[in-house]
Amino acid sequence: MKELKILAVVVFFTLLTYFLVEPYAHSQMHKHVDSEGFEYKDLPALTKTGDAARGQELIMSAGCAGCHSIEAASMSAPMDSVMAAQSYGVNPPDLSNAGVLYEAKFLADLIKNPAHALKVEHKYTPDSGKMHPMVPFYGMGGDIDQEVADMVAYLQSIAVKAEEVTPAMAFENACGRCHAVGYEQWTQLGTKPRFKHKKDSLAFDIKVMEYQDSLKAYMGKLPPDLSMYIRSRGEHYISTFMENPQSQLAGTAMPRVGVTADSAEKVIEYLKDAGDTKRHERAEIGMNVMIFSIIFAIFALLWKKQVWRELH
Amino acid sequence: MAHFTKATSVKDWLNQRLAIETVEKVMASEYWIPKNINFLWAMGMILAVTFGLLTISGIFLLMYYQPHVDTAFYSVNYTIMREVDFGWLWRHIHGVAASVVFLIIYIHMFTGIYYGSYKKGREMIWISGMLLFVTFSAEAFSGYMLPWGQMSYWAGMVITNIFSLGSLHLDGLVEWIRGDYVPAQAFLNRFFMLHVFLLPLAIMGLIGLHFAALRIPHVNNQDGEEIDFDEESKKYLSGDTKNSKVIRFANDFMSKDLMVVGFFLIFFFYLVFYHYGFALDPVNFDPADGLKTPAHIYPEWYFLWSYEILRPFPVDIGLVAFGFAQVIYMLLPWLDRSDNTCPANRRGKFKIWFWVLLVDMVVLTAMGKLPPEGIFSTIGLVASLLFIAMWIILPFITKNEKKV
Repeated sequence: MKELKILAVVVFFTLLTYFLVEPYAHSQMHKHVDSEGFEYKDLPALTKTGDAARGQELIMSAGCAGCHSIEAASMSAPMDSVMAAQSYGVNPPDLSNAGVLYEAKFLADLIKNPAHALKVEHKYTPDSGKMHPMVPFYGMGGDIDQEVADMVAYLQSIAVKAEEVTPAMAFENACGRCHAVGYEQWTQLGTKPRFKHKKDSLAFDIKVMEYQDSLKAYMGKLPPDLSMYIRSRGEHYISTFMENPQSQLAGTAMPRVGVTADSAEKVIEYLKDAGDTKRHERAEIGMNVMIFSIIFAIFALLWKKQVWRELH
Repeated sequence: MAHFTKATSVKDWLNQRLAIETVEKVMASEYWIPKNINFLWAMGMILAVTFGLLTISGIFLLMYYQPHVDTAFYSVNYTIMREVDFGWLWRHIHGVAASVVFLIIYIHMFTGIYYGSYKKGREMIWISGMLLFVTFSAEAFSGYMLPWGQMSYWAGMVITNIFSLGSLHLDGLVEWIRGDYVPAQAFLNRFFMLHVFLLPLAIMGLIGLHFAALRIPHVNNQDGEEIDFDEESKKYLSGDTKNSKVIRFANDFMSKDLMVVGFFLIFFFYLVFYHYGFALDPVNFDPADGLKTPAHIYPEWYFLWSYEILRPFPVDIGLVAFGFAQVIYMLLPWLDRSDNTCPANRRGKFKIWFWVLLVDMVVLTAMGKLPPEGIFSTIGLVASLLFIAMWIILPFITKNEKKV
């Protein structure tokens, strides 16, 4: 009984210290941001029902393909990634799966007012004299909300089904044009292939560096490699940052990417595969080791009791 | 030369040459430990086990770690964490054990203070223990440099800066320690050497001294009672084990140690697999960047109390206070002027002193991590002053302590 009392004192001081230096200290050091569940409440809801066929015509005539590729509709990019980055700062994304990766109302707002949807208006104030590289859609003469809804409907119609989206697909389209993930061989120009000759490998690296130079000029600094971000920032931080970068880092050049809650989960999974690769193995081995430890402790207890029977 | 006869068995052969039976008696079956002890007396064994875990996991990590500023981070976070089979497991065991070992050291230390296990011939146990604390601290710090993350780099910067000693501006000394103007390749290499060679060697030597220091004064007991070990061991050997005040180291004491170790390992492996974040700081998963200072730089939790004694004062006073905090525990056997060797709760004012010191240590630890702003600054300053005052008054309150 006395030993249990002593144990209680030891446990109390240990837990108190733990609470103060871990959860409490971190709550004081870092701002807590709650997720809105990727609902983008600041953006207006879509009021019109879109017509995909009409949307296709609009997308063709509005000139989207002047910058974006739509591989699903057999439209390839007008220029390569490096040159695109030189022109726009960053390579414009392929639109094939935009309809499934991004929230519909985000896409609608993005088409009408990119800097607003992306939450980068602080970069493009009238005084700055700069314009967001994506030209807003001013309408084709009809009801602009109807037209935008049609375009979104078209994008949704050509995208893969939600259940077919893979973590890599979500990450590469939403994050991978700015962020490298070295541990997954991912560069801003795509997965680095295995080259037989060093010369070819270096040529690829130079292309990546050229792309990064444009990106650096566009963003202010090179966006970080995300290989270990799941360990350095944690799931909650990354998730809320993705939802609204300004909430954690006011004034950042990183745009809100507008992913759906599902895509955000896929992105997190991708980052876990990169930076916490062995998590499944850890859970499995952890369980076995815990079972072993408990059995060991029980045997140790029984042995002690046997030995001490002679001593008390 | 001794006379050797033809051996009758392997044991006899060894016995003639190594006296293994005598060694077994001296080290185990007739190494007498008081019976009147509780589980806190098993902390030494837990520390030995944890040190073993650190050594073994360290050997495996050493096979893949690369002490170079360009590859260190990659070799830890990519090679060891992803490529090497069970590399992640060794790293988690190493990181968590490095943190938990200090929790046990503190429990071990405060057990010693509470039961007065540093007096009446036990001074060398206390001193060798405190030397172990210092070497473990250096070992922990040098190990923390090795992953070459943001916290490695900046903690290395801040801690080595302390050696400029404020107004003395010994910048040359700091450069000498770093081998460069800033932490870089020379810095990483020497801390690697310290971590994997010199300090472990010193620790093993000190552990030997710590054990040796126990032999003559013997292990203390729950009441600080002076036991006649010869008398009591005779009683034990004659078969009266129930009334003897002593027990054999093995298997009697060992069986209890092992039981406590068993329960400890459940706790330890729970941390390794499910709750390792406290020991592997997230900030250190960003690679070192000399151009990007982290918003909050703080040491690992076990250094926070002494860090907080440094922080609330102007530079020079802070350094003096910090130096005071580093050595003062070592002087405990002489600052405690009372002859009483018994639990603190029977020692009047010392009882209050003990619990206030413990709480003050917890407060200092918490304030050492919290940002030094507003109320936290004030609490930190008060707790630091209290810490110093506590040690200054200790000789006075113990001098006239009533004989128990």
